[in-house]
Amino acid sequence: MKMKEYKTITQVAGPLVFVEKTEPVAYGELVTITLPDGSTRRGQVLDTSRDVVVVQVFEGTRGIDTSSTVRFTGDIVKLNCAQDMLGRILSGSGEPIDGGPKIVPEERRPIVGAAINPYARQYPREFIQTGISAIDGMNTLVRGQKLPIFSGSGLPHNDIALQVARQAKVLGEEEEFAVIFAAMGITYEEAYQFMKEFERTGALERAVVFLNLANDPAIERLLTPRMALTAAEFLAYEYDLHILVILTDMTNYCEALREISAAREEVPGRRGYPGYMYTDLATIYERAGRIRGRKGTITQMPILTMPGDDITHPIPDLTGYITEGQIVLSRELHAKGIYPPINVLPSLSRLMKEGIGEGYTREDHPQWNDQMYAAYAEGVDLRGLVAIVGEEALSERDRLFLKFADEFERRFVQQGRYEDRDIEYTLDLGWELLAMLPERELTKVERKFIERYHPKYRKGEAKAEEAAEEAS
Amino acid sequence: MEVKEAGYVGEIYRISGPLVVAEGLKARMYDLCKVGEEGLMGEVVGLVGEKVLIQVYEDTQGIKPGDRVENTGMPLSVELGPGLIRNIYDGVQRPLPVLKDVSGDFIGRGIEAPGLDRKAKWEFKPIVKKGDKVKPGEIIGTVQETDVVEHKILVPPNVREGVIAEIYEGSFTVEDTIAVLDDGTELKLYHKWPVRIPRPYVEKLPPVVPLITGQRILDTFFPVAKGGTAAIPGPFGSGKTVTQHQLAKWSDAHIVVYIGCGERGNEMTEVLEEFPELEDPRTGKPLMERTVLVANTSNMPVAAREASVYTGITIAEYFRDMGYDVAIQADSTSRWAEAMREISGRLEEMPGEEGYPAYLASRLAEFYERAGRVKTLAGNVGSVTIVGAVSPPGGDFSEPVTQNTLRIVKVFWALDAKLAARRHFPAINWLQSYSLYVDTLKDWFAENVSEEWNELRRWAMEVLQEEANLQEIVQLVGSDALPESQRLLLEVARIIREVYLVQYAYHPVDTYCSVEKQYDMLKAIKQINDWFFKALEAGKTVDEIAGVEGLEEFARTKLEEDYKPALEAALEKIRKNLLGE
Repeated sequence: MKMKEYKTITQVAGPLVFVEKTEPVAYGELVTITLPDGSTRRGQVLDTSRDVVVVQVFEGTRGIDTSSTVRFTGDIVKLNCAQDMLGRILSGSGEPIDGGPKIVPEERRPIVGAAINPYARQYPREFIQTGISAIDGMNTLVRGQKLPIFSGSGLPHNDIALQVARQAKVLGEEEEFAVIFAAMGITYEEAYQFMKEFERTGALERAVVFLNLANDPAIERLLTPRMALTAAEFLAYEYDLHILVILTDMTNYCEALREISAAREEVPGRRGYPGYMYTDLATIYERAGRIRGRKGTITQMPILTMPGDDITHPIPDLTGYITEGQIVLSRELHAKGIYPPINVLPSLSRLMKEGIGEGYTREDHPQWNDQMYAAYAEGVDLRGLVAIVGEEALSERDRLFLKFADEFERRFVQQGRYEDRDIEYTLDLGWELLAMLPERELTKVERKFIERYHPKYRKGEAKAEEAAEEAS
Repeated sequence: MEVKEAGYVGEIYRISGPLVVAEGLKARMYDLCKVGEEGLMGEVVGLVGEKVLIQVYEDTQGIKPGDRVENTGMPLSVELGPGLIRNIYDGVQRPLPVLKDVSGDFIGRGIEAPGLDRKAKWEFKPIVKKGDKVKPGEIIGTVQETDVVEHKILVPPNVREGVIAEIYEGSFTVEDTIAVLDDGTELKLYHKWPVRIPRPYVEKLPPVVPLITGQRILDTFFPVAKGGTAAIPGPFGSGKTVTQHQLAKWSDAHIVVYIGCGERGNEMTEVLEEFPELEDPRTGKPLMERTVLVANTSNMPVAAREASVYTGITIAEYFRDMGYDVAIQADSTSRWAEAMREISGRLEEMPGEEGYPAYLASRLAEFYERAGRVKTLAGNVGSVTIVGAVSPPGGDFSEPVTQNTLRIVKVFWALDAKLAARRHFPAINWLQSYSLYVDTLKDWFAENVSEEWNELRRWAMEVLQEEANLQEIVQLVGSDALPESQRLLLEVARIIREVYLVQYAYHPVDTYCSVEKQYDMLKAIKQINDWFFKALEAGKTVDEIAGVEGLEEFARTKLEEDYKPALEAALEKIRKNLLGE
């Protein structure tokens, strides 16, 4: 193919390079810029016309001058895909950085994936057991779901993601799975923690790692999640693997998006983020799912840190509108020493209703879930009241709910980093807590489930008396 | 390839995302264009000097300046005829199953797919005969499209009045001629209509019939009329989509058009998998038999998302013109507004509030104005009811899309994250929501449900209002400080909230509650209230009353299919325990 080369850079503005030229250049075309010192940078066409082409440079514009050579490759950004990617560590733009050999591509895939036809999708239903009670019991993850972790700086979101990656399994199945881990702008230390953990558990062999660290070029972050998802799609749909994609930290991705938008002098939406951020995020998150007739699946667990712990900030807000729920971490629980500090009240899994209950987890799970939520919410509300009027002013009933909320956090949410609880254990633990409440308060659960699972009926009266004593 | 008139082919000058600028092209606003060698669909959205601005409905990656652009000379239109029902379309009416056949599991580019199947044959039965005079919009025959939908074939509203010269009965494809007018106009089973132009009708009629949704909080407290407009704003996770799905499932409309505008792919899949399995409580047939889906999910091209809302409403108006009651669920109008904002930004228009174009308010108003209960050209009465979900950023209702929507719509169902967090669903806040149709629908409820209906409704609302006032005091001093009668009122309000307002969308019985059952339940709660206060007078304590046996059974009656005996029994038990024999 004929390469078009130009030395007509007229303007460099932040991450953007403006090139005047004669030949037509395609929208989205991959660009190589050669600096006077011989080093090269890669970029992509953002805007093209007969007069001027705007290129966003992934590796930063430092050192680019008007004598640099711009070469339009006639190609779009693609990733070399192969089964051998498993076990490899790649840069944020898909080049191997683990000292290993080049990846011999079986296929070069454009990193901008086409949209899955909604008609071709299959609704996700398979329960994934993560071994974490606050997720499995309260906000169940299913295969093919996109369930982000909304965190804050300094909270142990990485530990939770690692624990999920380590423990996640579909009950009764021994199917091949792999983890794709994409780091965007995280520190070396954080990345090191992930890598060490992957190596220690041998998970690295079943993983592809894309690393864009805090000191790597910010604009490269726009490629990283797309690279990761392209690899995920290749392995899921060509090799029938079940893929868990961890994207961390999406906040850094959005910052890069804002940087480009500001450099292009676009009309900003909320807080300076571009108006198309929703659409842009959707093209990442919507690449999760299951497709009818295909074995492999893609489950996404993006992690983002909410600036100022503010869930209404555009990044968590737009994410929450696209993803199928969210796991929200709480600084308050973290301060109480509770791990994982999952605040179940604002957390949600939209797909759980289809993945729980009879035939999936256990028949009582849906109603149990309603009951646990209602009871915990009531207990948390009462804490506000106690702060004003004191615990003495509460009725006996209210005090039980207060105690329930405390125990819920201390016994149900709290668990070890290496504690892998199965779903039966989680549900039974919940029933033990519910047994603290008067039976007539359990209005969300049908009688038959109470009789079947309430400790009072299960383990004989003696056990129930114990629980009652403990409660009082 | 057919030769186009000179001037209808031009060249691309610039590409910026979904916006393409062409030169040397003769074009009018909203003409449909084919862009690039693949012939991507686009629509003219601006003319600046010699340059034509086109929004493209497909991904523009790989398109170059100098590539060819062709103007079809037609505005973006939809095909209206048999084959719409049960179908699922993208934003520009391409059937997704056809796209899947052509390009596989992922949506390819430049695929032309007509909205209606060209090969399917339909049994046409004329109801007019040779020599009859027909007006535009008149019904000339019928096609039994599904078990429940009799598709009426109309003289297109843009055809002149005439006399039937020929009309045929039998099995036809949509492109066969089924009738000829005296001026030679050939009529087919389908016609095209430009999506941005509202279809004509004779006159609008007052909205005096409620759209029964089977959702207690909606039908009882905040009803929407047939031909009315409603908005459901709420932060993420508060249940907008579940509410929209519930309305699509259980509304007593003849036809439901569900527009998935910029939302999640799996939500459309859910509808596709679930609706064929669910039974319409009125006809006993699968719900899919009356449903048309328009799905332009968030990752599909943004310009087509802008168009999807118009595609949906035009299809709805078409069925209205047959004399049907049509309900539109648009989920979510915020994504539509954002698509407008994105295109507007690319056009470098002067932004209004929060970057939205200054014409946001008028576009929203135009859209909602296409709702209404009307006398059709054929002389029937049909209606289009629009329920639009709104997704305010950060759940903040003061943002432009919510505010501009509320200025137009008559019903406001405010979703509340706090209710959702405690799993009170539907999480519709009864203090913030309102319906301006309550008064106009009073007579219908009095006539068709019960004379007592309006009074019961008023009473229950009053209790809930009073509860909110008392809660403020409780928050400060605790409930012990309240007098007994007020503490008892709180208990009654709790029953209304937990038994009546909470409705389980996923429970096979509770998912739909008939108006009759709503009335029975509300009446029973009022009855319990009266007994409560009688018992209080007779000297019982509030705790004794609130803990009375039988309440639990009463709460469960809503989950019973045949609820009446259980309700009677529960009431009787409560009465006995409270007041004795």
